[in-house]
Amino acid sequence: MQSPSRVGRRSLIRSFAATSAAAMLWPPIGSAQQRAILTRQVPSSGETLPVVGLGSWITFNVGNDRVARDSCAEVMRHFFEAGGRVIDSSPMYASSQPVIGYGLGKLGKPASVFSADKVWTSSGSRGREQVEQSRQYWGVPRFDLVQVHNLLSWQEHLQTLFAMKAAGQLRYVGITTSEGRRHREIEQVMRSQPIDFVQVTYNPLDREVEERILPLARDRRIGVIVNRPFREGALIKKIKRHPLPGWAAEADCANWAQLILKFIVSHPAVTCAIPATSSVAHVRENMGAAYGRLPDEAMRRRMVAHVEAL
Amino acid sequence: MSEWWTYTLSDFLLFAPRTYYRLFELYNDDIWPAQIPALMLGIGFLVLLRRGDAWQGRAIAAILAGCWLWVAWAFHIERYAAINWAATYFAAGFAVEALLLAWTGLIRGGLRFRFTGHAIDRAGLALFLFALVAQPLLGPLVGRPWAQVELFGVAPDPTAVATLGILLLAADRVFWGLLVLPVIWCMVSGATLWTMEAPDAFVVPLAALLGVALAIWKGRTTAQSVMPSEARHLVDVESPVANDSSLRSE
Repeated sequence: MQSPSRVGRRSLIRSFAATSAAAMLWPPIGSAQQRAILTRQVPSSGETLPVVGLGSWITFNVGNDRVARDSCAEVMRHFFEAGGRVIDSSPMYASSQPVIGYGLGKLGKPASVFSADKVWTSSGSRGREQVEQSRQYWGVPRFDLVQVHNLLSWQEHLQTLFAMKAAGQLRYVGITTSEGRRHREIEQVMRSQPIDFVQVTYNPLDREVEERILPLARDRRIGVIVNRPFREGALIKKIKRHPLPGWAAEADCANWAQLILKFIVSHPAVTCAIPATSSVAHVRENMGAAYGRLPDEAMRRRMVAHVEAL
Repeated sequence: MSEWWTYTLSDFLLFAPRTYYRLFELYNDDIWPAQIPALMLGIGFLVLLRRGDAWQGRAIAAILAGCWLWVAWAFHIERYAAINWAATYFAAGFAVEALLLAWTGLIRGGLRFRFTGHAIDRAGLALFLFALVAQPLLGPLVGRPWAQVELFGVAPDPTAVATLGILLLAADRVFWGLLVLPVIWCMVSGATLWTMEAPDAFVVPLAALLGVALAIWKGRTTAQSVMPSEARHLVDVESPVANDSSLRSE
């Protein structure tokens, strides 16, 4: 019987055949334009996206603090310079949406951004209005992806989002959950609704999605966005006291953040991970995981065993 | 909220500690020099308490209500709501407390303050002085910059703790209806700081618990002190002898 963390070598090879060629040696972030970033296809469309994105939970909720907003814009600048595209937010994240809009405006509205937001209201009839409000905060012509946040009133909101997608007002529709909640209901939606993305929590310690959600996503050709890769920083805080194992270099991991992110994005069902940060140094580290070699199945198992033992 | 048992306090924290404390820094900068009259009002309480004029209770209630209303609008609505959507509910709570203080003390004239030297009064005064003088020092003591200082009258925590202290000095009775919202706020603030792993997170909830304990003690003391006269009144009304005498007088 296959263990939950086990991924077939063949499936890995098939998956990465579709990605851009990875650099064999670890290159510095500064030379991102000379290197090929690792990408994955959106199963429903074939569009490619970099395997590392940018979340905004807590980190971009800085209110009207001009200094902090500029700092977030700087994080976004380094993210885009390193080849990043997917930025994710939600109306639940307070000022994060306007802060992203501020950053995009300051950076000249980069055309490469893949805007992923959510609808988060218990009122099914207010969904469209909320999406429009969020769009104005971002300052984008339309969202690439809108997801139903934490399955809140998902029956009503999915109908609205599918209608908006049909009308060309957004490109993809998805649903989200986090920290292992309501997986049974997520499965039900994945089986019954023509969604493009599902967003779940996944990392070396939270691997419940490997059992059913990730295989189902592959079967149903649904893209997977991974949130809370570092358990809101707690995982990194816990393991960074320990030295990075020497074998991590075999997957071009220069630090713990890259080891965790490479573990996540090397699962063939995963489209991208969205670590959140307010630090330029950390976004550079995170984006480093989108370059170089990825771990094979044996190394993935080794990563899990090592992190669990710490 | 399904699977509610899987949620922890940290799931409801929307901002980083740095953002929260920067909020106070920017707020203090924006409202300067409003902090000076706020402190003067705090000192004014002590003067009013000592004078005991007929309008003393109304003046103290009006000042307290003004402080709660200011925090509701200037802090919660204008600043805190930008990083925490729950701040609009906090603002409503602070506005309700302002209305309750105004109704009870200013309009109905139901608040009178008297310092008797009793242990409860001393503790109430100490709680008030703590909020006015010591609480603002906590941040700098645990390493936060002076610019982020939280002051009575303009910041929610010292305003709530000071209110608890002042209400303990109210003469004759415990105003439980006025204590509820300050205590709730102290718990909410403590939970926020605890989730942010602030070293001083325990202070405000502890002050609230102390205030509640003192209020309970005061309630019992007050009840015991009025009991003899009430008991006498009951005896006068219900005594068969009294009834008999009233019959005779007819």
